[in-house]
Amino acid sequence: MKERLVLEAQKINKYFFNPVETQVLKDITFTINRGEFVSVMGKSGCGKSTLLYILSTMDTSYQGRLLIDDSPVTGKSSSFLSRIRNEKIGFVFQFHYLLAEFSVLENVMIPGLKLGKIGRKELEYKAMEKLRIFGMEDHALKKANQLSGGQKQRVAIARALINDPLIIMGDEPSGNLDKKNSDIVFEIFKELASTFNQTLLIVTHDPEFAAGTDRIIEMEDGRIISQ
Amino acid sequence: MKYSLLLEIAQKLMLARLKQTLVAAVGVTFSITMFVALLGFMNGLNLMLDGLVLNRTPHIRFYNEIKPNPNQPIDGSDTYKSYHNIIRSIKPNNVRKSIYNSAAMIETLQNDERVLGVAPKVSTQVFYNIGNIDITGSINGIDVDAENALFTFDDYVTVGNTGDLKNTNNSIILGKGAADRMLAQIGDVIQATTAQGNSVQLKVVGYYQSGLGELDNVQSYTSLETAQKILGEPSSFITDIQVKLKALELAPSMASDYGDLFEIKADDIQTVNAQFETGTEIRNLISYAVGITLLIVSGFGIYNILNMMIYEKMDTIAILKATGFSGRDVNIIFILIALIIGIVGGAVGLILGYLAGLGIDHLPFETEALPTITTFPVDFNPRYYIIGGVFSLLTTYMAGYFPAKKASSVDPVEIIRGK
Ligand SMILES: Nc1ncnc2c1ncn2[C@@H]1O[C@H](COP(=O)(O)OP(=O)(O)O)[C@@H](O)[C@H]1O
Ligand SMILES: [Mg+2]
Repeated sequence: MKERLVLEAQKINKYFFNPVETQVLKDITFTINRGEFVSVMGKSGCGKSTLLYILSTMDTSYQGRLLIDDSPVTGKSSSFLSRIRNEKIGFVFQFHYLLAEFSVLENVMIPGLKLGKIGRKELEYKAMEKLRIFGMEDHALKKANQLSGGQKQRVAIARALINDPLIIMGDEPSGNLDKKNSDIVFEIFKELASTFNQTLLIVTHDPEFAAGTDRIIEMEDGRIISQ
Repeated sequence: MKYSLLLEIAQKLMLARLKQTLVAAVGVTFSITMFVALLGFMNGLNLMLDGLVLNRTPHIRFYNEIKPNPNQPIDGSDTYKSYHNIIRSIKPNNVRKSIYNSAAMIETLQNDERVLGVAPKVSTQVFYNIGNIDITGSINGIDVDAENALFTFDDYVTVGNTGDLKNTNNSIILGKGAADRMLAQIGDVIQATTAQGNSVQLKVVGYYQSGLGELDNVQSYTSLETAQKILGEPSSFITDIQVKLKALELAPSMASDYGDLFEIKADDIQTVNAQFETGTEIRNLISYAVGITLLIVSGFGIYNILNMMIYEKMDTIAILKATGFSGRDVNIIFILIALIIGIVGGAVGLILGYLAGLGIDHLPFETEALPTITTFPVDFNPRYYIIGGVFSLLTTYMAGYFPAKKASSVDPVEIIRGK
């Protein structure tokens, strides 16, 4: 039986028109299988972030076709795409984006509350489980801005996991952390891949980290040069 | 479930900006308080001023008008019928002031079910004799019971008892101004002369004070019988028939109907007091304008604060959108913030407005001119509270609409990339 594809990009092209017309992505075509741990490497400015925003359905102005979980998402309504992001994609940013007004636990729970598939009590339990994986359960009731950078990033990963997403995408998730903390984050991703068979697509600068993944997609000037 | 989550997020955003949120809510509270208090006070005054005149004015008044006969003999002449006849200096012929067949008219009116009550009156000009000096005045002979029931006559008799008019022969309730001029005390006997030259002695049993100085300087009251006796007329002599209706609006049409039927002059209250209606309307218009201006200003306050909040919370909005909240969800969150500010601020404003009304209602307001009023009048009509409530919701919704729309169209990619 052919394995279902988690994500499929077909000839994706992207232009920016400001200040002058530039093509940032050129015929990007690749697939990601279930359980694969893929890293994306390339020089700064080659279009990695731009690609990730398209793959995560946040950016919809591109040419080509994008399929998630074997169904096309290109050209779908924004509320449909919101639902896809909520249910199937976990996103980890370079900067620790947490909601400052909410506690750590609430931050993790919010995408789950939004999805509304399980009740609040159950969700709280599940969120605590996720925090426990990353050793953050003791900080559950702190406000998000009372944490260190590394801790925030761990919470952000826990949040990305709360709805058991099809794929986790990360845009240089350790790029803003010191060596020790970025090692911790790498370990977490590796463990997610090996122990939980989580599909991952992570943009990174770190060759050492990339070497530990199943597959490396190399980009240069908006093209994939090897994968 | 879905809305409760959005509500929770809205609450957290407001708590994070508690001070500004409170300032916005206080703005709404202030304007609603002012709106309700102002309108209540304004309308209280309006009702009082209207009451001053309208309560005492018959809805329809029947009387014989003194005017020249419209049918002059020359119009009946065959020779000059087709000419334009111009006659100058026509004099009215000797019309009787008394209403012909008044008893039958009163009975007809009393049997009309639209009529609340009928009060006959005899009014006549007199001179009050004070030593060598005569001052002009007018005496109204009234049916005391009907006058009390229909025109709250006893409210305006500040000293003495209206019943004495019936019980004491040849008694008079003097207008306060007239009494002051004559230095007439209660129990004194004054002398008056009618236009026909009859001289009468009348015993002062009370003072009448309407609040309208001009009236109080000349007007005095006796019973119907006393007035008829002064004039030397029989008990069928009536100069005015005053009618109070169940519905004020019917006055003009009924006045013209009965005027034609009785072949007599009939004035309705709307025609006589048109200027009061206009005054009331303009005062109302001004208070509404001021109130609504206040609300709109507080709406701008909310608009500003929401706009600021959106700029500050761009990151929050971006995260919410990145983790699966739709533009509509974000829109609802900010509309909820605006509405919560409106509801809380508005509700407190309504309560404070009511309390302010109570406060004004207890402020002493005593003036010579208005003997029946001791405190400022306030109208607690629920209408102002409903209008205030609806308007506070409406303006806060409008104030939230554009910021919320802006928030809902925030592009998360732009924010995330901007870091
Ligand atoms: N909003 C934008 N308008 C114009 N050009 C942009 C915009 N965003 C990014 N770019 C350009 O697109 C290219 C790719 O950017 P990006 O995807 O952020 O690269 P990477 O993440 O690989 O460093 C860069 O040359 C950048 O200057
Ligand atoms: Mg980048």
